[in-house]
Amino acid sequence: MTIDSVRGAPGTPGVAEPELIQLLTPEGERVEHPDYPLDLSAEEIKALYRDLVIVRKIDLEAVALTRQGELGIWASLLGQEAAQIGSGRALGAHDMVFPTYREHAVAWCRNVEPLKLLGLFRGVNHGGWDPAEHGFHLYTIVIGSQTLHATGYAMGVQRDGVLGTPSAGATIAYFGDGATSQGDVNEAFVFASVFNAPIVFFCQNNQWAISEPLERQSRIPLYKRAQGYGFPGLRVDGNDVFACLAVTRKALENARTGQGPTLVEAYTYRMGAHTTTDDPTRYRLKAEEEAWKLKDPIERVKAYLVRNDLADAGFFEGVEDEAKGLAKELRAACLALPDPRPLSIFEHVYAEPHPLMTEEQEQFAAYLASFEDEGVAS
Amino acid sequence: MTAETLTLGKAMNAGLRKAMEKDPKVLVMGEDVGKLGGVFRVTDGLQKDFGEERVIDTPLAESGIIGTAIGLALRGYRPVCEIQFDGFVFPAADQIITQLAKMRMRSLGAVSLPVVIRIPCGGGIGAVEHHSESPEAYFTHTAGLRVVACSNPVDAFSMIQQSIASPDPVVFFEPKRRYWERADVDVDGTDWTPLHDAKVVRAGEHVTVLAYGPSVKTCLEAAEAAAGEGRSIEVIDLRSLNPLDIGTVVESVERTGRCVVVHEAPVFGGFGAELAARITERCFYRLEAPVLRVGGFSTPYPPSRVEDQYLPDLDRILDAVDRTFAW
Ligand SMILES: Cc1ncc(C[n+]2csc(CCOP(=O)(O)OP(=O)(O)O)c2C)c(N)n1
Ligand SMILES: [Mg+2]
Repeated sequence: MTIDSVRGAPGTPGVAEPELIQLLTPEGERVEHPDYPLDLSAEEIKALYRDLVIVRKIDLEAVALTRQGELGIWASLLGQEAAQIGSGRALGAHDMVFPTYREHAVAWCRNVEPLKLLGLFRGVNHGGWDPAEHGFHLYTIVIGSQTLHATGYAMGVQRDGVLGTPSAGATIAYFGDGATSQGDVNEAFVFASVFNAPIVFFCQNNQWAISEPLERQSRIPLYKRAQGYGFPGLRVDGNDVFACLAVTRKALENARTGQGPTLVEAYTYRMGAHTTTDDPTRYRLKAEEEAWKLKDPIERVKAYLVRNDLADAGFFEGVEDEAKGLAKELRAACLALPDPRPLSIFEHVYAEPHPLMTEEQEQFAAYLASFEDEGVAS
Repeated sequence: MTAETLTLGKAMNAGLRKAMEKDPKVLVMGEDVGKLGGVFRVTDGLQKDFGEERVIDTPLAESGIIGTAIGLALRGYRPVCEIQFDGFVFPAADQIITQLAKMRMRSLGAVSLPVVIRIPCGGGIGAVEHHSESPEAYFTHTAGLRVVACSNPVDAFSMIQQSIASPDPVVFFEPKRRYWERADVDVDGTDWTPLHDAKVVRAGEHVTVLAYGPSVKTCLEAAEAAAGEGRSIEVIDLRSLNPLDIGTVVESVERTGRCVVVHEAPVFGGFGAELAARITERCFYRLEAPVLRVGGFSTPYPPSRVEDQYLPDLDRILDAVDRTFAW
């Protein structure tokens, strides 16, 4: 190989790992960070634990539903629960979220019924919730597009003149490590920077973009990119729900008070396949997955709760049972989702009547009816 | 003749391999084309055999892929770019339309950009949005691009090699739901139908059905069904959309006097409109009925659980055929 494509690649032996903001070690030990004091009650910590367990269970159920052919595909969040619950629970009522297709746990925090997430993956709709109702925009599959929408939304909030007031809302855009290569994402950084938009760019660096490792996207740690655009960037342990909560809280508050954008790189790992159609054994080593297993985002919270005598076996069992129950309900509701009616194809395309489309719709309706006339089910 | 039974996906792979063996300037580039071999495994094993310099896993940026392919072509390479799914070509639309298509003319012929853009296209695989689109008309509308669509393993094998050999940019559509269709492919042969020729894939007398890409198979099935009812359908696989082999089409329609065009893309403003207009101009006095079009509706591609209603199927094709006779 004559092309020097590995020079300075992140993770290269001998190159120091950049500072990772961490408040809870993988062993479940609480550590302090001067910039991110966090004071959580036992109840708050237990609530975070409950969230983590539930979203993992829901995710596993969706994977199972896909294996059984009930969903067409599923993008699992396995391993990224802390990044999503931590940041999701930092959100306030006025904040607005622009997710990718993997933010199931953030959706959970925004009270989007898990069933609603399944519609897209089962193929009964393309989204199906009202973004304004939940402060949670539709999933975006085209990589990076939503970062510009988020930036524009934040520019709108800015123009409303509410920043610094109690009704100020920050905007948070989720995206992956792969997405950082897209023009749209880089343009979002530029717009957010020059307009000082009230936005948090929340990048879940799960180390992979399908089969491509981070080195295919960047030679410097992603959070360092922010500096070049002119706003702060930081890297947080994405498997540490405390740190993700604290860091996102602060970044959101900065946005709400008119201090502009922040890039948060949540350093985490996609424990599962990219989606249920992907086969990671083709491109990554089991050993890497094993190493990340030791940094599990849920185990460390459990260890902390146990070590500090904040929860007993009954609590853990209760959460487990609740999660199982929710997963079961989700399964039943998924199976009960009706297939769309054929003529629903023509719904919600335009706000006002569209003669050509109406004509097509009428023709198609007549065509379908012709089968019924023949006594053939259509 | 060395015939091998290959799926369309494997035939693509074999064609790419031949082109890379023949010309060291041929590069393959795109998202996940290396170790993974592409999400449809079309480039499977190429990086292992030709190295990372020639089979390039690019950063996740379609404009970057096509833009740098243009630069590589300026430097004498022949990049074959993979766009992972039809719906993701749009970030690269600017590079394709404003740059790639026009460079030869702007340079008064001094610059050749032999770039191939492979796009798996069409629906029917139960995918989520942006994974089932048929964006061919955007590209056939852009002068300076050649646009082709293969429908079977034999053509996949030859057409990809011909496209790579072309001195002009080629947008190459692959029918993703046909990737697993099999046929015997002569993997040593080079005696191919010219890239821009259409093929009569089933001879018939009563009506001409025009199709390309994934719809060809559906039309052949429709023709088979119609034959049972005594109706003889001629099916033409256009193969090339721009340039269009209008001669083969006209010859057929002059004989049959009836024509139905089938594609998955929306009918309105679709490629079928061009065919209908051109056939009307050339065959006006031979036509027994207007050219009818069967395709997608004037709606976004629907959720997958209802896509079978959106996609032209055997019944809708035969319905249109019937209507041309009822005229
Ligand atoms: C514009 C565009 N190109 C390609 C794809 C296909 N694709 C889907 S996910 C993905 C990788 C995304 O990686 P990353 O941004 O790291 O997010 P992750 O999936 O790891 O959460 C690709 C290439 C797409 N959805 N959109
Ligand atoms: Mg990623």
